[in-house]
Amino acid sequence: MHEFLGNLSVYREAIGQTFYIVSISLVVGGVLGLALGLVLYATRPGNLLANRAVFLTVNVLVNVVRPVPFVIFITAIQPLMLHAIGTTIGTNAVTFALSLSAAFAISRLVEQNLLTVDPGVVEAARATGARPVGILLTVLIPEALGPLILGYTFIFIAVVDMSAQAGLFGGGGLGDFAITYGSQRYNWPVVYITVATIIVIVQAGQFLGNWLARRALRR
Amino acid sequence: MPANSRPDPVPAPAPAPAPAPAPAPVHVRFEHVGKTFPGKGRKAAPHVVLDDVNLEIRRGEVFGVIGHSGAGKSTLVRLINGLETPTTGRVHVGPHDLTALSERGRREVRRDIGMVFQQFNLFRSRTVAGNVAYPLKVAGVRQPERDRRVARLLDFVGLLDRAHDHPEQLSGGQKQRVGIARALATEPSLLLADEATSALDPETTSEVLALLRQVNRDLGITIVIITHELDVIRSVADQVAVLDSGRVVETGSAYDVLAQSRTEAAARFVRTTLRDRPSPETLARLRTAHPGRLITVQVRGQAGFQTRLARRFLDHQVAADIVFGGISEIQERPVGSLTFELTGPDGAVDAALKELRADGVDLVEEEA
Repeated sequence: MHEFLGNLSVYREAIGQTFYIVSISLVVGGVLGLALGLVLYATRPGNLLANRAVFLTVNVLVNVVRPVPFVIFITAIQPLMLHAIGTTIGTNAVTFALSLSAAFAISRLVEQNLLTVDPGVVEAARATGARPVGILLTVLIPEALGPLILGYTFIFIAVVDMSAQAGLFGGGGLGDFAITYGSQRYNWPVVYITVATIIVIVQAGQFLGNWLARRALRR
Repeated sequence: MPANSRPDPVPAPAPAPAPAPAPAPVHVRFEHVGKTFPGKGRKAAPHVVLDDVNLEIRRGEVFGVIGHSGAGKSTLVRLINGLETPTTGRVHVGPHDLTALSERGRREVRRDIGMVFQQFNLFRSRTVAGNVAYPLKVAGVRQPERDRRVARLLDFVGLLDRAHDHPEQLSGGQKQRVGIARALATEPSLLLADEATSALDPETTSEVLALLRQVNRDLGITIVIITHELDVIRSVADQVAVLDSGRVVETGSAYDVLAQSRTEAAARFVRTTLRDRPSPETLARLRTAHPGRLITVQVRGQAGFQTRLARRFLDHQVAADIVFGGISEIQERPVGSLTFELTGPDGAVDAALKELRADGVDLVEEEA
C-alpha cells in the first residue's frame, strides 16, 4: 500500500485534473453540441427551418470530424488551438480538444433523439402559432428529455475515457497518473487504484444519469 | 318534386327548415385552390392532392368535409391554418388572405384558429394543465390570468380534477377532451377537427361530438370537421363538402348532400357508407329467400309516405314485404331506404310501380 500512498498528493491532483477536464468538456461540448444538434434537426428538409445548404454543410462537417480518433483529432486541430487558446499542450489544450470532440458527438445524439419525437406534437405546437425556435426549446427538448439525458450520460463516459489519453499531451488527469506513476514504474497498486477510481466515477455518473432520465420519463 | 298538380298525389317532401334570414358572413373561403406535392424519388410524377377547390364556410356553422382516406382532406384542413400553403389559388380566413401573408403573418392568424387531431398530439412532457396552458404561453398570456383560463377550460371539458395528471394517465376520450381544451385556450373563432373521433370507440365518439356541438352552440365557434365517417357528419354537420380524389364533388346542407346527392361521385360515397341499396352480396342472399320482384324505395322526409305506398300496393292487390332497409336521421330529418319483395300478377306489379313513379317516389327495381 505504501507504493500507492507515496503518490497520494499526485493522485489527488490527478483526480482534480480529470474532473476539471471532464466537467468543462461536458459543459462546453454540451452547449455547443445541443446547438449543433438543433441546427441539424431544424434545417433537415421538411422540418421547422428547412434549409438544404445549412443542413448539408453541418451534416458533412459532423461526419468528417466524428470518425477521427481523439489522439489524431487533438493533433490535427493544433493550429486552431494555437489560435484560440495560445497553446497546444497542457490541461487546457486537452480540454479544448475534448470539448470540440464531445460537441460533435453530442450534436448527432441530439439530432437523433429529436427525430424520434412524434411529428404530430410539433404540428400541434405549430398550430398554436408558436415560433420555430420556441418549438425547439419548449416542446422538442422537453419531449425528448429522457433519451437526451441517457445519451448525455453515454457521452460523459466516453469523455472520461478520452480524458485518459490527455497524458500524451501533458494534460494530466487519472489516465496520465496511471501510466506515468503506475505502469511505467511497475507500480501496480497505483494502476489498480486508479482504474478503480475511474470505475467509481463512471458508475456514479451512470447512476445519476439513469436517475435523472427516470424522473424525466416518469417511469 | 312538386306533386300538387297530380290528381292523387303523394305529398312532396316536407319543406326544409326555413333558412336564416341573412346568411352569416363568410369565415373561410377557398378560391380555385390546388395543391401538388413533388413526387418522391427523382423521376416520380408530382402528386396532385387538391384540384381547383372552391369552398365557402360561414361563421358559426359546423362544416363537414367528408371523403375516403387519400382524398386530400388533411391537406385541405391544413391550408386553413397555413400549416400547408397552396400551389395555386387563394385561401381567405376572415379578413386575411393567407396566401399573401408571410410565415410570421400566418402565425398570427393561427392564434385565432384551434386544431384538434386524430392522435390527440398532446405534449407528453406536460401535465394536462400544462398542455392547455401552452397556447396561452405562446400568445403571451401571463399568470394568474393563465391559470384562471386553464381552470375554466378544464372545467368546460369536465377534466378539472385531472389537471395535474399526465396525458398517458388518461383514456382516449379524455385525451381528446384535453386536445379540445387546448385548441380552445386562446378563445379562437375557428376550430379545425382533423378526424378528431377516428381513434375513439363509438360511445366516446358520441361524447366528443356532443362536446364539439356544445362548443359550436354555446361559444359560437365555427367548426371545420374532417372525417371519413358519415355518422360524424350526420350527427354534427350543418354543411358538407364531399371530397373525392382532390376535388370537391358536391357541397350543400348535410341533408341535401347525403339524402339527395346530385352527383354520381357524392352518391357513390354516400352509398358505400349509408347503404341505401342492398349490396350485391346481400341482394344475392335476398334472391334465394325471396322469389318475388325486389324494389328499393328511398325514404326521405315525406309525411304519410308509407301509408300511401301501402295503399298503392293494396289497390293493385300486390303483396309487399319489407325484406331489407332502415331509416335514420340527418339534421333531424329522416333518411333511409326500404327494399320490398312484391308478389302478385306481373301486370298488377307493373301498374303499381308505374303509379308510384308518377307520384314521384324514388324507387329502383333490383336486377334479377
